[in-house]
Amino acid sequence: MSNAAPTYQPPTKVGRIADFVDQRTGLSAVTREFGRKVFPDHWSFMFGEVALYSFVILLLSGTFLTFFFDPSMAETHYNGAFVPMRGMEMSVAYQSSLHISFEVRGGLFMRQLHHWAALLFVASMSVHMLRVFFTGAFRKPREINWVIGGVLLIMGMAEGFTGYSLPDDLLSGNGLRIIDGVIKSIPVIGTWISFFLFGGEFPGSAIIGRLYVLHILLIPALILGLVALHLIFVVVHKHTQYPGPGRNDRNVVGYPLGPVYAAKAGGFFFIVFGVLAAIAAMFTINPIWNYGPYDPSPVSAGTQPDWYIGWVDGALRLMPGVIGDVEGYRQHFEFLIFGQTLTLNVLLPALVPAGIVFTVLFTYPWIERWITKDNREHHVLDRPRNAPTRTAIGMAGFTFYCVMWAAAASDLIATHFHVALNDVTYWLRALFFLGPILAFTVTKRIALGLQRKDREIALHGRETGRIVRLPHGEFIEVHAPLSAYKRYRLVSFESPEVLPAQPNAKGVVDRKERRRAALSKWFFEDRVAPVSPAELEAAHAHGHHEAIESAPSGH
Amino acid sequence: MKALSQKRRHPLAVIALLVMGLLLTGVLYSVASTANQAKADTGFSATDVSEGQKLFVANCATCHGMNGQGSASGPSLVGVGAAAVDFQVGTGRMPMQMQGPQAYRKPPQFNADQTRQLAAFVATLGAGPSLPDEAMLDGKGDATHGGELFRVNCAMCHNAAAAGGALTRGKFAPSLAGVEAKHIYEAMETGPQNMPVFSDANISPEGKRDIVTFLKTIESQGSPGGADLGSLGPVSEGLFMWVAGLGVIIAFTIWLTSRTS
Repeated sequence: MSNAAPTYQPPTKVGRIADFVDQRTGLSAVTREFGRKVFPDHWSFMFGEVALYSFVILLLSGTFLTFFFDPSMAETHYNGAFVPMRGMEMSVAYQSSLHISFEVRGGLFMRQLHHWAALLFVASMSVHMLRVFFTGAFRKPREINWVIGGVLLIMGMAEGFTGYSLPDDLLSGNGLRIIDGVIKSIPVIGTWISFFLFGGEFPGSAIIGRLYVLHILLIPALILGLVALHLIFVVVHKHTQYPGPGRNDRNVVGYPLGPVYAAKAGGFFFIVFGVLAAIAAMFTINPIWNYGPYDPSPVSAGTQPDWYIGWVDGALRLMPGVIGDVEGYRQHFEFLIFGQTLTLNVLLPALVPAGIVFTVLFTYPWIERWITKDNREHHVLDRPRNAPTRTAIGMAGFTFYCVMWAAAASDLIATHFHVALNDVTYWLRALFFLGPILAFTVTKRIALGLQRKDREIALHGRETGRIVRLPHGEFIEVHAPLSAYKRYRLVSFESPEVLPAQPNAKGVVDRKERRRAALSKWFFEDRVAPVSPAELEAAHAHGHHEAIESAPSGH
Repeated sequence: MKALSQKRRHPLAVIALLVMGLLLTGVLYSVASTANQAKADTGFSATDVSEGQKLFVANCATCHGMNGQGSASGPSLVGVGAAAVDFQVGTGRMPMQMQGPQAYRKPPQFNADQTRQLAAFVATLGAGPSLPDEAMLDGKGDATHGGELFRVNCAMCHNAAAAGGALTRGKFAPSLAGVEAKHIYEAMETGPQNMPVFSDANISPEGKRDIVTFLKTIESQGSPGGADLGSLGPVSEGLFMWVAGLGVIIAFTIWLTSRTS
C-alpha cells in the first residue's frame, strides 16, 4: 500500500481523503474482501439480522434509560405527576421508572421501545434458531456456531429477565419471588444462594442494584462478544443456501454484499427500527403504573413473566402439588430429609423441562452426526420435508415448549375461552406428555406425504385440472410438465439410508454401535427415495403414468 | 342516692342488676352489630314493597321460593338486603340465564323502578346491607389509598389493572371496566357470586369510597402509553409481538428478498 502511494494522485477531494484513510488503515482491502462476500437471498435468512438490529436498538434506548433510572431500593414517597400514586411509599427505583414514564420527555416512548425491542430480540433469535434447526444448518462445520447461538438465546433470556425486574413494580417483584422460590428449592445450597443473591432474606435492599449491574454491564458485554464471534463464524463458514440448480456445497449463489446487500441490510435496520418505534408509540407495554410499587403481600391476577420466560413459569403451573387419591394414598412431592425440606414440586418443573430442552438443543448436532456417521461439510440446506425424522423431532420439541408456554397463560385461556381453569390445566398436563409424541408422528407423516407429492410432481408434472377426452373415449387429466429448473429442486436432495451396525477396528460390533444402528433405523427407516434419473427417463419415454405407477416409492 | 344505697341489700337487687346488665349488653351489642347492617328504612314505600312482591313471585320465586326462603336451585334471600338485589338485578346477573359456575353480566331484565321495588321487598325479609349512600359513590375519595386497598384486597382476583382474572372450575373475577360506582360498592358489601364479603368492619365505607375513586380514576385517565391490549400484562404483549410485530417484519423480509421477475 505505502509503496503505491507516491505514484497515484487522486483527482478529487473525496478521493484524496479516501486515499489518505486507506494508506493508513488498509481499509480498501477489507472492503474489497467483504464487499464481494456473497449472501444468498431468502426471507427466512433474515431473522438473525432482525435480532442483531433489535439488539442495537436495545443498546441505544437502554443507554437513554440509564440517564434517568436510579436502581436504589431506598424508600421514598411519590410526589410526581401520576395522581393515583401520590404520597405512596415506594422504592427510588420504582419512583425513577415512574419519573421516566411521566416526566422525562420521550421517556415513556423510550421505555416502551426498549421493552418491545427486547420482546422482538428474543423472538427473532428463537425463529432464527428454528430456521437453522429445520433446515439442518447446524451440521458440520457450523456445530460450534449453533452452540454459540444457543448460549446467546439463554443470555437474551437472562438479559430480559434482569431488565423486567428493574422497575421494582408489583409484577416484577412477584416474578423475582418465584425465582427466589426456585432457588430456595435447590437442596442444601438453595437457601444460601438466595441469601447471597438478595443480600439477606427476600426482598432485601440489594437485589435491584445487583440486577442492574448484570443488566447493563455484564450480560450485554457477553452478548456483544458472542454476537461478534457468531458473525465471524458466519464469515468464515460462509452462508448456507437452499438447494437449487447450480448450488452445491462448494459455492454460494446470491448477491455480493456491496452494493446491493449492504443497502438492503442497512435499509432493513431502519425498517426494524421503524416498526418497533411505531409499536412503541402506539401500544402500551408493561404499564408499571397499573401494578403499583412492590409489596410482598399482594399478588395480582394475570401475573406472568415476559413471553420468553413463560414456558418455565408454565411448567411450574402444570406441576401438581400431590397426585392421586387411590384408597387414601396420595403421592406428595415434598420430603423432609435430615431436617432439610426437599421440594420436588418446585425443583422438578423449574429445572427438568428447561434442562431437557437445552440439553437436546446443545447436543443435537452431535447426536445426529453420530447416528448418520456423516462427517462431510454441508452448505446446502435440507428442505424440512426431506429430513422427516429431524423435522419431527424439532416439532416434538417445539410442541413440548408450546404446551408449557400455553400453561403460563392458563388463566387467560380460561377466562377468554370460557372454560374452566382446572380443565385447561388437566388438558395441558396430558399434552405435556402426549403432545410431543403426537407432534412427532403427525409431522413425520406430513413430511413423508409431501415427499411423495414432490415425487409425483417430478415424475408426472403438475396437475392442470383439465380433463380431456381422447378420440377412443378415454378421459385423461392433462399434466403440465415441469421446467428442468423447477424439477431440480424436487429430485436433487440427499436421502440417507439406514446405516447398519459397523464393526470397529477390531472387527467387533460393540453395544454402542448396535445402539447407533438401532437409532439409524428409527431415523431413516421410513424413507421416500428421490426420483432417480432412470425413473425420470422412464416417465418421459412413456409420457404416461401407468408405467411409473408400479415403480417403488420408498420401502 | 341514699335510697339507692339503703336498698342495695334488697333480695331483688341482684335481679335488678342482672336485668340492667343484660339490657346494657344487649343495647351495646345491637348498636355494635348493626354497624354493618343497614337501616332497612331507606325510603321504600309500602307500594314499593307490594309491587316488589308481585315481581318477585312472578320472576324469582321459582328458585328462591315464594317468601325468598330459598330452594334446592337457589339460595335463601333472607338478610341479603337491598344492596344485593340492586347489584344482582341491576347488572343483569339475576334473573339467571342458566345454572352454572357463575352468573354472567347481561343487559338488565328490569328497569330502575322495578329493581327498586324488588329491592324493597327483599329488604323486608330480613335486615341486610341497604343501598349505598350517594356520598360514598362520588369518586372524590383518596385514589392513592384506594389503589393500595385494591392491590391488597382485590387485585389477586380482579388483576391490578381491574381487567379480571380466572378462578377455579369455570368461575372468574370479572373485569371492572365500565362497572357503575354503586355496583362496585354493593359488590364489596354483599359479596356476590364467588366474591367474599368486605364488610364495613373489614374495609370501612371511606375505604370503599377510596377504592371506587381509584377505579374511576384509572378508568377515566385512559392508557398513557397507547393502546392497552386489554391490560392483560405480558401474555397479550408477547402475543402481540409474535403475531403483529413479527408478522410485519416477515412481510418486510419477503419484500426485501423478492426479485422482480
